[in-house]
Amino acid sequence: MNIMTKTMPVLATQDDAETAILASGLAKQYGEHRAVDGLNLAIAAGRTVALIGHNGAGKTTLMKLILGLIRPSSGELAVLGAQPSIAGLDYRRQIGFLPENVAFHDELTGAQMLRFYANLKGADLAQCTALLERVGLSFAANRRVKTYSKGMRQRLGLAQALLGTPRLLLLDEPTTGLDPNSRREFFSIIRELSRGGATVIISSHILTELEAQTDLVAIMKGGHLVGLGPLDTLRQRADLPVRFQVTCPGAANRIRSAFSDLAPVTTGTDNVTLSCPVAQKMSVLARLVALGTDVTDIDIKHPGLDEIYHHFSPRPADSSEGAA
Amino acid sequence: MKAICIIAGKEITDGLRNRWVLGATLLLAGLGFALAFLGSAPSGQLGVKPLAVVVVSLSSLTIFLMPLIALLISYDAIVGEVERGCMLLLLTYPITKAQILVGKFLGHTGILAIATIVGYGAAGIAAAIGGDADAQSWQAFANLIVSSILLGCSFLALAYWVSASVRERSTAAGIAIGIWFALVVIYDLMLMGLLIGTKGWIDETIFPYLLLANPADIYRLLNLTAFDNIRSFSGMAGLSEQAQFAPITLAVALLAWIIVPLLLAGRRFIRSES
Repeated sequence: MNIMTKTMPVLATQDDAETAILASGLAKQYGEHRAVDGLNLAIAAGRTVALIGHNGAGKTTLMKLILGLIRPSSGELAVLGAQPSIAGLDYRRQIGFLPENVAFHDELTGAQMLRFYANLKGADLAQCTALLERVGLSFAANRRVKTYSKGMRQRLGLAQALLGTPRLLLLDEPTTGLDPNSRREFFSIIRELSRGGATVIISSHILTELEAQTDLVAIMKGGHLVGLGPLDTLRQRADLPVRFQVTCPGAANRIRSAFSDLAPVTTGTDNVTLSCPVAQKMSVLARLVALGTDVTDIDIKHPGLDEIYHHFSPRPADSSEGAA
Repeated sequence: MKAICIIAGKEITDGLRNRWVLGATLLLAGLGFALAFLGSAPSGQLGVKPLAVVVVSLSSLTIFLMPLIALLISYDAIVGEVERGCMLLLLTYPITKAQILVGKFLGHTGILAIATIVGYGAAGIAAAIGGDADAQSWQAFANLIVSSILLGCSFLALAYWVSASVRERSTAAGIAIGIWFALVVIYDLMLMGLLIGTKGWIDETIFPYLLLANPADIYRLLNLTAFDNIRSFSGMAGLSEQAQFAPITLAVALLAWIIVPLLLAGRRFIRSES
């Protein structure tokens, strides 16, 4: 395939594992609107990728392209070595998908629903019981789906996505409606699947929870990729400041003047917030320690996924390019 | 094939679960019994009528009822699933759009077949036991059941075409009711008006073909003119001499009314992007 020869974004993957998803100049146009606009992407098999971006950044459209539900307007896309829009039914057997706002036929019970999808996918029916158990729905297996809560539907949705042990799992906003316990359980299922070699793509708005759970972060904006890589790499590229929250009972003003070079912000008389480039982190820390008993506590905050995301994808109003 | 069966089976179990099958069967059986036992009011008699008369009454009733039932169970077959979001998920499974369409259509056909065979069958057997029925009446009765199912299928296919063409469920519902009204109620009135209004310009060479342009009229011809004893009861003897269509021609025309809309529905559905 000629798309292999085109320049692909540099990937910080450690090994030369098989490429699961490869997109080159991929675009999808709806009328005037370019939902996906010249997207380049390469993801090695077995990675767990967080796909983040504003509403309308093109995340769901990208997922539909990967699923082969829609045809690209231009550019090329290869997933698991196939072209999704023309791939045969075998291609779909290797993919699990959890749509945003998953909907089921409400009259069926959870177990019946899952059996229906297992039949379609040609998956082992014995898997259904195990999956319901795995997502914590055994207790409600024989209840009609219409009695299910949002979180229970979401878990049933995850169960159907896991049918047939897919090689690629696409999860669109999977944790909406899940309580913190279910979320933890959810990510442990994803990790398990990932250890088995599956590639997982998760789109989400709740960035903090993705931070610890994914290998790669892909940031989308205006239909193309503005950042892709492990979180640490993105953090370095963004070069966002480290923040120190210093607790210094009664000494806020003294510290403020001592660190006037680091844009200090005081909160009351007991707290000062300082920020500095990552490279200066240790020297600032040493200066703080040298202050002795004035400082009772230091809390160091590294830029999280939230800040990195905002760096790469400022809100449309702040953006110089403007949103597509 | 397996995928088609899974979808068809699901459609039938859905129909059983949401009581469409039960409702349609009871409705058809109730009206069938009523016509078989009580419906001789015009002749001033009470009691069981000959099976041939039951066939005539039932086919007149079916023309109104069957298209309505068919349109109601299937107008949201595609647009409804798209709107609820079930279709998006279904399409990511190893199944083609053609398989989904055919599977659903066969499932809905199954629902209509169960309702017709059970409902009319019971009424017919009761009429045959109580009244008199010769071999030809039985043939006509079998013809009634099969053609009723086919009539239902043609309106199912039309509803699928609508369902695959619109973006909202409510639009599909509106168009479905419009189709019923146009083909079942208005069409014959319009033909009559045309006959009178054109003062014979529409003559017996064109008129029969205008009847073929409506599945409900094909069904009427198929049931009321195909058998001698039925013709004499139905008052269609005059018409049938003009409309020189063999039953097989009528059956082919009715089949065309199923296949063509279904193909159009398939084309719309397959070309649409979700």
